[in-house]
Amino acid sequence: MIQLAIDLAFVLEKAILIGGIISVSLLVAMYSTWAERKVAGFMQDRLGPNRAGPFGLFQPLADGLKLFMKEEIIPNASNKFLFILGPGLAMMTAMMTSAVIPWGKQIEIFGRTVDLQIADINIGILYIFAVLSMGVYGIMIGGWASNNKFSLLAALRGASQMISYELAMGLSIIALLMLTGSLSLKTIVELQSASGGWWNIAYQPLGFLIFIVCAFAECNRTPFDLPEAENELNFGYHQEYSSMKLGFYLFAEYINMFMSSVLMATLYFGGYDIPFVNDASLIESMGMNLVAVLQGLSLFLKAAFFIFVFMWVRWTIPRFRYDQLMHLGWKVMIPLALFNMLITAIVVLIRENGWPF
Amino acid sequence: MQMLTNRSKAVDRHPMTVWEKMYLPAIAKGMSITLSHFFKKKPTINFPEETRPFSPVFRGLHILNRDEEGRENCTACGLCAVACPAEAITMEAAERKEGEEHLYREEKYAAKYEINMLRCIFCGLCEEACPKDAIYLSETFAPSNYKREGFIYGKNDLLIPDPKKEPELYQKAVGERARKK
Repeated sequence: MIQLAIDLAFVLEKAILIGGIISVSLLVAMYSTWAERKVAGFMQDRLGPNRAGPFGLFQPLADGLKLFMKEEIIPNASNKFLFILGPGLAMMTAMMTSAVIPWGKQIEIFGRTVDLQIADINIGILYIFAVLSMGVYGIMIGGWASNNKFSLLAALRGASQMISYELAMGLSIIALLMLTGSLSLKTIVELQSASGGWWNIAYQPLGFLIFIVCAFAECNRTPFDLPEAENELNFGYHQEYSSMKLGFYLFAEYINMFMSSVLMATLYFGGYDIPFVNDASLIESMGMNLVAVLQGLSLFLKAAFFIFVFMWVRWTIPRFRYDQLMHLGWKVMIPLALFNMLITAIVVLIRENGWPF
Repeated sequence: MQMLTNRSKAVDRHPMTVWEKMYLPAIAKGMSITLSHFFKKKPTINFPEETRPFSPVFRGLHILNRDEEGRENCTACGLCAVACPAEAITMEAAERKEGEEHLYREEKYAAKYEINMLRCIFCGLCEEACPKDAIYLSETFAPSNYKREGFIYGKNDLLIPDPKKEPELYQKAVGERARKK
């Protein structure tokens, strides 16, 4: 028998971290639904939900309770196993992204230094893209297993959209990786938060623009929410779903939104770096744990801002037509990302080798 | 061609310029508009907690009036029923008996007085027709009900509280409008 050289404290530490991060992201997703309705209301000169509890804060609980109480319908003609697997897969892939994101630097508990990151793998970004492309399966399986032609068409629509935009997203990230020279998210954040280091948005404004547009498309948010166009395209891949299985699909969208907001903050806006302050000197004066809390807060504020942008865009811009969507994805975003990559490559080459001519 | 009004606009179908094709300026413009609405004051009135102020000439639920001694004013003359364009008012008259002088002001009174609030159009013609100042329209509206029968208001729904026995309720029921007279 092989003895694994992992002590119990390490397993416990990671388990607590995973539990904490999952519950925090579920909570954030829950209150994103509330915030979405509040933002929608405010932008349309309404008040939004304000009946359940103070400022309507219990609204997500009421919504969740309602979804749980609803009758659960599994269509006779559906493939029951895949039908149930679909929303589970969507939810799981949405949560899995959080594993490689650094939520803060380090904390010290019981004499142990704990990294606030579940797994610092050196292929962090690759992992995220792998998980993201798994997200397509949630949609495809759900749509196919419903045994409904509208669901299937919507699933195909959603899958082709996600795959098209993943391409441009990957290309925009490559330019960033050429600058940082690392796939590990922790290294990327540390490069940005080092003294004298700028946030990547300063080097990669075009890359960020492409990334945010693709993130909208990946999360199926307006203006790219064709997979679930409720009012004009006969709902979407979750047409046959009811009760909490439908809730899972909708909930997974909000978790995805939170995760991509965190990812944008991590890649382009310094991650957990506290702006205008030298974090290293702050650790000396305030202690490691307090700074870690501040760093987590800073990351959350950045993510909250991006979540707000997601909602802000949703209540401003109307939906694209499907041919326009594909046109934008293949004929605009990908050439633009390639151009951005080329420029970045030239700059990096010149910076490393000097002006050779 | 002569235009009837100057409001018609020709549809602009020119091909998009490069600036317009970039989308982003237009998107930024749209987002600035929605953001400005985000901070605007909301016109919402939170109904049960706040109510919309009624206009001074608002015509709401009917009230059957009493005089200062608490006697019913109505003599069941039927002028209100005749005046009513929606035919919402029905009544049955009765003669005042000996010893009922403290209840009814005149010798004749309405034993039954019903208004169908589903028929009523709240025009206020009954109030104008009444020679005895016995009926007037108050500042409240009919509350919702599950059954049609609930909207046929009888005398015990319509009569104002006795000013001698329940002066506070009476004052509340009289409201602003009657006080002005």
